[in-house]
Amino acid sequence: MIQFRNVSLTYPNGHKGLKNINLEIKDGEFVVIVGLSGAGKSTLIRSINQMVKPTDGELLIDGENTLKFSDRRLRSFRRNIGMIFQNYNLVKRSSVLRNVLAGRLGHTGTLRSIFSLFSQEDVKLALNSLDRVGIAEKAYIRADQLSGGQQQRVSIARALTQKPKLILADEPVASLDPPTSHAVMKDLKRINKEDNITMVVNLHAIDLSMQYADRIIGLRNGEVVFDGPASSVSEQTFEDIYGRPIKEDDLVGDVSNE
Amino acid sequence: MVARSKKTTWWVTYQMNKEKRVPIIPAKQKLMALVILAIVISLYYLASIVTNSSPARLINGIPHIFEFVFVDLIPPNWSYYSRVLPPLLETWNIALLATSLAVIFCLPISFLAAGNINKKAWFYQTVRFLLNVLRTIPDMILAVMFVAMVGIGALAGVYALFFFSLGILVKLVSETVEAIDPGPLEAIRATGGNIFQVVWFGALPQILPQYVSYSLYVLEINVRASLVLGFVGAGGIGLILRQQMSLFNYGNIAMIIFITFIMVTIIDTVSTSLRKRLV
Repeated sequence: MIQFRNVSLTYPNGHKGLKNINLEIKDGEFVVIVGLSGAGKSTLIRSINQMVKPTDGELLIDGENTLKFSDRRLRSFRRNIGMIFQNYNLVKRSSVLRNVLAGRLGHTGTLRSIFSLFSQEDVKLALNSLDRVGIAEKAYIRADQLSGGQQQRVSIARALTQKPKLILADEPVASLDPPTSHAVMKDLKRINKEDNITMVVNLHAIDLSMQYADRIIGLRNGEVVFDGPASSVSEQTFEDIYGRPIKEDDLVGDVSNE
Repeated sequence: MVARSKKTTWWVTYQMNKEKRVPIIPAKQKLMALVILAIVISLYYLASIVTNSSPARLINGIPHIFEFVFVDLIPPNWSYYSRVLPPLLETWNIALLATSLAVIFCLPISFLAAGNINKKAWFYQTVRFLLNVLRTIPDMILAVMFVAMVGIGALAGVYALFFFSLGILVKLVSETVEAIDPGPLEAIRATGGNIFQVVWFGALPQILPQYVSYSLYVLEINVRASLVLGFVGAGGIGLILRQQMSLFNYGNIAMIIFITFIMVTIIDTVSTSLRKRLV
């Protein structure tokens, strides 16, 4: 359970990223955060694992105020949170397996990890994660040899290898074409259902949000302007969140291949 | 407003009279370039007066150069090679050992000297400052210092070249580190990895080809730098070169230069072709 209590974030340059956010995200929910670029979606998602640190308020996870954590405590807390990025953030010159094993770093001692002494258990866990996103056979290929969709699957496998309770995905499909976008969203949805992992996903495409979310949170100028189940959302809701009429660009396009 | 109206003046006059010649470079810019050129030429002239040099002296000296090369140096004393090879091998060993040590020690320092890894401003600035100080010392001065500290011989050369190449390598490698993709670093921080793991898994694989390439490049520099270290007593080929020069044994000097030239060419060729395959 994630609870935001009056959370605000002001960047050093004075820009207010988040303004007095109050939210509660339950375990196993699939939450999609929508809003125009600059609305604070990334800031909100990154403040959960403190890749950016909120300047005010309390952020409780399982009842503990994470903003008070020491560096060491923060690192061990991050082990349980997987993160997926728009640009995949893989080490392109390293093999797929090595990238996925990075998910075990938090659980591996510094010296052991520097000499690549991951346990067989960890290696098998990494392979199993790759298998779950359907690219186990690519384990020994260099990451830059893969397509965008495959690279994003590697980064999902990396997150899975952490055995997380929560996965944060910051615009996971913004760099992908429509069919691949749907495939990646389906992977995330399946993992959410099978492992009961809480998903917090940033999206800007309206149709994807409505199709995959349990719950939609709308942001504008760093404030929550909508919060409700995906079933209650219509195009009108999005026009309210965006503060302008819906355009063709706001849709990814439906690729019904099932 | 003034600048704006000035800018448009030529356009207005051109509009009125389209027959007018259109310059490619505006007259004002041309004048500026001429003034700068005149200043530069007069500075050169001034320098030649102060140093008491003149084109005439340079031209008059050319026959002396030919005389030195064709009369004094040729033919080399071919049989002298047996005396050249051992100190040349020592020179190569000095360069190789100093480079290897610098390659190892530069890595941790490079990450401390990279602003995207070492986020503590005061620490980063201190490391940078110390490295700048180190780089201002020429290799010959380092050699003189170490000859005074550890005595005449190859060890002084190794120390001198180690610090000399450390300065260059850390500069090159730390700037490569600062240019890497920050994404993987962020991803590893997000998995709960500590700073060592961020460096080892996120940064190191990204700089590896350049790191190896720079190391070979510094080896090339060191081979050339180590040739003259012997002049100040830091071991290697420079020692016998200075000796033979003071005895005016031009045949032996030619042989030293010839063999050295061959060795440096071989090392440069091998190293350059290796580096081409890397990046």
